Amino acid sequence: MEIRRCNDEIEISELDPFLAELLRQIPASADPKGTTVAEQRLFSPPAHETETDLCKEWKLYVEPELRRLFQTATETVATDLQQLNGSEKTLANRVLRIPWKHADAWLSALNQARLVIAAKYNFSDAELGDHFRSPIGSRRDLSLFQVNFYGFLQECILREVG
Amino acid sequence: MSRMPRRECSRVAQKKQFKEPIGALWEKGGATTIERPAIEKETRSKEDLDLPWLVIVHNDPVNLMSYVTMVFQRVFGYPREKAERHMLEVHHKGRSVLWSGMRERAELYVQQLHGYLLLATLEKAA
Repeated sequence: MEIRRCNDEIEISELDPFLAELLRQIPASADPKGTTVAEQRLFSPPAHETETDLCKEWKLYVEPELRRLFQTATETVATDLQQLNGSEKTLANRVLRIPWKHADAWLSALNQARLVIAAKYNFSDAELGDHFRSPIGSRRDLSLFQVNFYGFLQECILREVG
Repeated sequence: MSRMPRRECSRVAQKKQFKEPIGALWEKGGATTIERPAIEKETRSKEDLDLPWLVIVHNDPVNLMSYVTMVFQRVFGYPREKAERHMLEVHHKGRSVLWSGMRERAELYVQQLHGYLLLATLEKAA
């Protein structure tokens, strides 16, 4: 896999089918629905619980705004990922072009996905720091690989942004 | 959530306006009045005098260090070195106070930080 900036785009080339599939999973992985811990992580309280009025107002006014913000980011990413759909050569390596102006949406969606997966599987610090674990083994191993792969992509986009 | 600042700094300035300049009155030989000095009264709301609020970012093993640094630069406009210092404080000490001041602004900062998915809270300074 190669990542480089070309004019107004970030180009991810030499994407093998496995990594392409992991990318396709970003929007679904970023959805915290049905997992309380993931919901709690994405929508964490703004203050200590003793600040009841503040926390109540936050839930009422700020949380819906944050939901919209996160949803817009994942929708943008889902649209970009349509490039990976409908090819006849399903086993061939693919190219994904991310418009430069979508970089923030990608950073957000990748972060949402990483946080949701990590919350669902309750990964320890040691596991999150283990970048060499094989994705083959269990669903947990695959999810950990997914978190690290998305982190790697974030780093690449950040490098281009920076 | 975002409310207008409650700061009520009312400046009451009372100035006596002369219809004619003082010089003209001397010329006429009439009585003159010394201009009353402007009285400026500033009132501050109770909240203004309150303790400042702190914006605190807490450690999170998932968020990348480079990402957190970028967020601090964007939200607070900190230079890279300062943003990195705060990021490292979060990483090593578990939390870092990023900003302190008025509550409304602190709320806004926390909202922005949550928008970037950082674990951030505000609390009153001890």
